[in-house]
Amino acid sequence: MTAALQAPAAELLLDVRGIHKSFGDQAVLAGVDLVVPRGSVVTVLGKSGTGKSVFLKCLAGIVTPDAGEIRFAGCVLDTGTPAARAEFRRRCSYLFQSNALFDSLTALENVALPLEQTTQVPNAEIRARCLEALRQLELERFKDRHPGELSGGMQKRLALARAIVTRPELVLFDEPTAGLDPLRRNSVFEMIAKYQRQFGFTAVLVTHDVPEALAVSDRIALLDSGRIRFQGTPGEFQSSEDAGVHAFRDSAAALHEAIAAVRRGEAPAGEDFL
Amino acid sequence: MLQLLGRVPLAVVGELGDFALFTGQSLRSAVGSRKLGRRIVRALYEQGVRCLPVILIVGLFTGLVLGLQGFYVLSRYGSNGALGELVSLTLVRELGPVLAALMLVGQAGSALAAELGIQRNSEQIAALETMGASPHAYLIAPRLIAAVLSFPIQTAFFSLIAIEGGFLSGSLLMPLSGGVYWASVHRAVVPADVSECFLKAVVFGLLTTAICAHNGYNTHRRSRTTGARAVSASTTRAVVLSSIAVLAADYLITSLLVRS
Repeated sequence: MTAALQAPAAELLLDVRGIHKSFGDQAVLAGVDLVVPRGSVVTVLGKSGTGKSVFLKCLAGIVTPDAGEIRFAGCVLDTGTPAARAEFRRRCSYLFQSNALFDSLTALENVALPLEQTTQVPNAEIRARCLEALRQLELERFKDRHPGELSGGMQKRLALARAIVTRPELVLFDEPTAGLDPLRRNSVFEMIAKYQRQFGFTAVLVTHDVPEALAVSDRIALLDSGRIRFQGTPGEFQSSEDAGVHAFRDSAAALHEAIAAVRRGEAPAGEDFL
Repeated sequence: MLQLLGRVPLAVVGELGDFALFTGQSLRSAVGSRKLGRRIVRALYEQGVRCLPVILIVGLFTGLVLGLQGFYVLSRYGSNGALGELVSLTLVRELGPVLAALMLVGQAGSALAAELGIQRNSEQIAALETMGASPHAYLIAPRLIAAVLSFPIQTAFFSLIAIEGGFLSGSLLMPLSGGVYWASVHRAVVPADVSECFLKAVVFGLLTTAICAHNGYNTHRRSRTTGARAVSASTTRAVVLSSIAVLAADYLITSLLVRS
């Protein structure tokens, strides 16, 4: 597992070292290290409650880490300085699990929001760029609809349109498939792969979906007990002998065994249920 | 016990400081904010136009009751002719700004606190932060500016319809000449009374809208509750604190103006 912590040869867009974050007495992140090569898709896997979303929010600057260093494009990101934070946010977008779209705004107004509020781009150009983003995400027909009038998948695409309209270098996805059925889940991962290739951004995803993550990612990281237990390519993840990776990767097989044991009337293997 | 005695004043001072910073930051953020005018117009519609029916209804009944009670009291002293003076000065100097503000807190203030609380819970405010946009400039500043503009107008409507209500009570339900009533109103109200009325309306508008916005915006900091209950708690707190603030500020302004 530690071998996989070595930086890959490609240029790093994001280099995270020793991130710590506690809430009261509870240490959620206890020294997280992660490397994200430019132009890649990196997925952070982990059980519920292991601090994946907190880690992503530390990267986005919504949560300030207690300790550690984040390097973005070679420069140390000082999230405490408003100017540095503004500069980073200009180059980074965040896709919320809930999409966080504004209900009172139309699809077009939602996409225009970051350009209107953070740039001096002329109104005509903002409109053209937003319509182009909506067209690329096949939402142009729905530009005057409010988010509540769109399906779940369309809302996700709308949130992605809003995230990419500023032409960010880095897009952070917080559990983009939470609560979706398998078919929609596949669609969202296809969408991420397609638009990541099309727009050329670097993506960091947080998810529980192992097979889909293996299919879409260039690198996989496993967060466990507040640390990155493993990081490497999907191939390395598949062949890893690490117990934590093994448990996560082979969770479906483990479930089959556990169910079979229950049906045979045997006691569960000792793992906690939640 | 000693710890508690120290903790409560510290918490109050901390909260007041946080509130002052929040209000200052919101007003400052309005400078250079794009499409601010459009958002102010939208806020004026929500805080002004939509609240007008309530203001007019409450104003009319306040004037009707004030006219009846005033006529009853003044008739004891044979001073029925001073009804217009009593009604108009009471409304313009005191009841108009206070009751209009309390009505606006109940309708627009509670709606603002709940809306911001839901936007906090659904991560819309966090989304603005991650975009690098200022939630203060986008969400709070237009509401504060709209309140400063709309509260005096609403208060004027409230006072005018209430004075009309006083006339209806005095002249249609009670045997007072309409001419005597309106002459009394004309004689009583001077420009200084109207200025006091508008000063109070501006202060109440800024104060109550900032309190409601502060509570809704900080819904996530209410550690005892989460989710929908946190929104409910912050909305209730916003309305209660705003109502107290209106009455306390009214006393302060009145005592300062009376002394000067």
